[in-house]
Amino acid sequence: MSFAQTAKEWIFTTDHKRVGILYLIGSMAAFAIAGLMAVLMRLELSHLGPTITNNPSQYNVWLYNHGAVMILGFQIPALTGFFANYCVPLMIGAKDVAFPRLNALSVWLFYAGVVVVLLGFFIPDPPDVMWTGYPPYSVMTTGNTAFYTFTVLLLGFASILGGVNFLTTVSFMRAPGVTWSKLNIFVWSILAAFALQLIFVPVLGTAVTLITFDKYLGTHFFDPSTGGDILTYQNLFWFYSHPAVYIIYMPFIGVVFEIVATFARNRVFNYNMVVFGGFGGIVLLSGEVWVHHLYVTGMPDWLRIGTMVTTLSISVPVGLTIIGLVGTLYKGAIDFRTPMLYALGVVFLFLIGGLTGIPLAVTSLTVHLAQTYYVVGHFHYVMAVAGTFAIFGGVYYFFPKMTGRMYNETVGKIGFWLTFIGVNMVFWTMMVIGVQGMPRRYYDYSHFPQFQASHELMTFGTAFIGVGFALAVVNWIMGAINGKEAGPNPWGSKSLEWTTVSPPPHGNWPEIPKVDADWHPYGYGARS
Amino acid sequence: MSARSLAQTLSLRIGVLLAASLPVAWTSAGAGEHEAAVAKIKDAAEGWNELWREVIIDITIMGVIFALVTAYLLVKYRRRSPDQEGTPPKFNAALAVGWTVIPVFVFLSDDLFVAAKGWNLWNMYRQVPAERMEIKLESGMYSWDYVYPNGVHAQNELRVPAGKPIMLRMTSRDTIHSHFIPDFRVKEDSMPGRVTYLWFSPKEPGEHVISCAAYCGIMHSYMMGKLVIMPDQDFTKWYDGEAAKLADAKKNVALN
Repeated sequence: MSFAQTAKEWIFTTDHKRVGILYLIGSMAAFAIAGLMAVLMRLELSHLGPTITNNPSQYNVWLYNHGAVMILGFQIPALTGFFANYCVPLMIGAKDVAFPRLNALSVWLFYAGVVVVLLGFFIPDPPDVMWTGYPPYSVMTTGNTAFYTFTVLLLGFASILGGVNFLTTVSFMRAPGVTWSKLNIFVWSILAAFALQLIFVPVLGTAVTLITFDKYLGTHFFDPSTGGDILTYQNLFWFYSHPAVYIIYMPFIGVVFEIVATFARNRVFNYNMVVFGGFGGIVLLSGEVWVHHLYVTGMPDWLRIGTMVTTLSISVPVGLTIIGLVGTLYKGAIDFRTPMLYALGVVFLFLIGGLTGIPLAVTSLTVHLAQTYYVVGHFHYVMAVAGTFAIFGGVYYFFPKMTGRMYNETVGKIGFWLTFIGVNMVFWTMMVIGVQGMPRRYYDYSHFPQFQASHELMTFGTAFIGVGFALAVVNWIMGAINGKEAGPNPWGSKSLEWTTVSPPPHGNWPEIPKVDADWHPYGYGARS
Repeated sequence: MSARSLAQTLSLRIGVLLAASLPVAWTSAGAGEHEAAVAKIKDAAEGWNELWREVIIDITIMGVIFALVTAYLLVKYRRRSPDQEGTPPKFNAALAVGWTVIPVFVFLSDDLFVAAKGWNLWNMYRQVPAERMEIKLESGMYSWDYVYPNGVHAQNELRVPAGKPIMLRMTSRDTIHSHFIPDFRVKEDSMPGRVTYLWFSPKEPGEHVISCAAYCGIMHSYMMGKLVIMPDQDFTKWYDGEAAKLADAKKNVALN
């Protein structure tokens, strides 16, 4: 088959697995771009004063692209695009998703969003509004805020289409015998994440659209001199963007559950607690906590006390998912392969990230901590790094299924350890100097020369992270080309996706799989 | 699995749980003393340091317990032969409910405990002493412009007398800025169309950094100021001197 034909087949594909792989390629490209931005920022900050650029504007463009692209272009598409598309139909025993064409449209919209981001590097006035886009700066800046708005809208529409598709698919296309109580934890996590997307994405869409109206059409939604209000934007923005943390958290912890159950060859501990207490609790609480992002903007006290209690309380459902995860190790048979190392890395990183979030829930402690490197360190541990480890572990885990081949175990483990050491060097240091008062979003820290050594250490740590992740990607590419044959089920998993050949053909199984009455995706060991 | 080992397992589980709830009980027991201590401290910055230390101890204990349990399970239940599978014990409804309700109780009690202490401290941040000096602040790209009660202006250098609580009433003429004094554990955004405030209590003479904590524009990282705490007499001398200069300037304008 010629290259043109192959390309056409992939671009116009409606096969959920190919759509998923397109999402993976796009989101990994976004990860590479956003990661490069992080490297440039760390190089800039490696010394006091201007280092690799004399132009603070340039630094702000890197900062914008790092944040916006990592969240909107990498984590959300990798989790709710790649993993959801590739795994959900296979896990529930379906031949495809409910609306394959809608699925193809969603991946096209995603690529359009990535293209808009890339165009930002070639226009004379790239956006420099952080991933938050707060007015009045986003309205006053000479940077092109419309690019920000259109990136958000395109990726938002992509995920709304995904949401409609997956809620329908799981509701109506489960194979006979795959009941609601026999769904993989990952499938539940995707349902919960898409429920949140469908509720909250329109709010973000509204907020960023109004910004562009203010800037280009002369409206005054956020202009106090004509009766508008600045904080309305922040409230709308965080009304989506705090739940977005759980839109990332639930699928990534879902992937980790799959990995841990398979490599411990064990049932998921207290399945109902994880699904209903954990994910259910998160869905119920996630919309009531956003004001903790506005603790230093003069919010009224009644809003603070409520939000402080709900924010602290969300540690309850989140804690239940972690108890489920750690409990899954109990009486298991644990094998420390590369995906399992990443999964355990997630447990460790998330533990640090989750616990360091407790002070940030407290309205009085946040008076000092808000807007410092402490916040940056915390959310990198809890979401950015933990999520990325889960994505990398998940890609390793499903690699034999996707390619039919094995990756190199030694290279995989070296890559993991380099990254793991690197992230702790960077983000632990970040939290330490944050508590000492280092403010975030600084191009230069000439008024805080005491942090020079810490910044040097962080820049050094970045090299470990970069080499570690690059090794993983090289490992996948080499494995896909000439890895050993993997067979249908190299890990000995009981879950349905491992019952078909690797890689699965279009339609996944010759016939829809039939499962026994006592089958369960986590039915390991003697069950009574 | 025999009944005996199930009982052993159960007692182990309960033991772990009790251990987990200990720090909560321990810190709760100290709550009464703490209240008395808070009453003595008049300063939110000291209160901040105190609560920060307590919360760090709390989360460190929880983190270490979780990490040790996980490490123990990882070592104890590692796979010893390639075909080995897990041997999960039978799980009944009572265990499922217990393993949900008890962690919920433990987490929630710790959460509410932290929330109560945090709210106490928040009240301290909001109760501005009556004997304060009120200074107006207008922030802009990229400077802090202070106006003292007697009309004296200052830019980027906030001179205050030691021993007097200082309150800033803040607004902004362009984007959002955030007046952050790390050494006094206090910051608050200033923005157009709203008046926000913060206060702090300078004690010893000295100099402290003021930085902008909210991304406000290209030169955000250079938006810095200096807090100069002066002995009372020195401050009065400077303050009255500035006021006299201001009066002279006004007189000159009037004469012209």
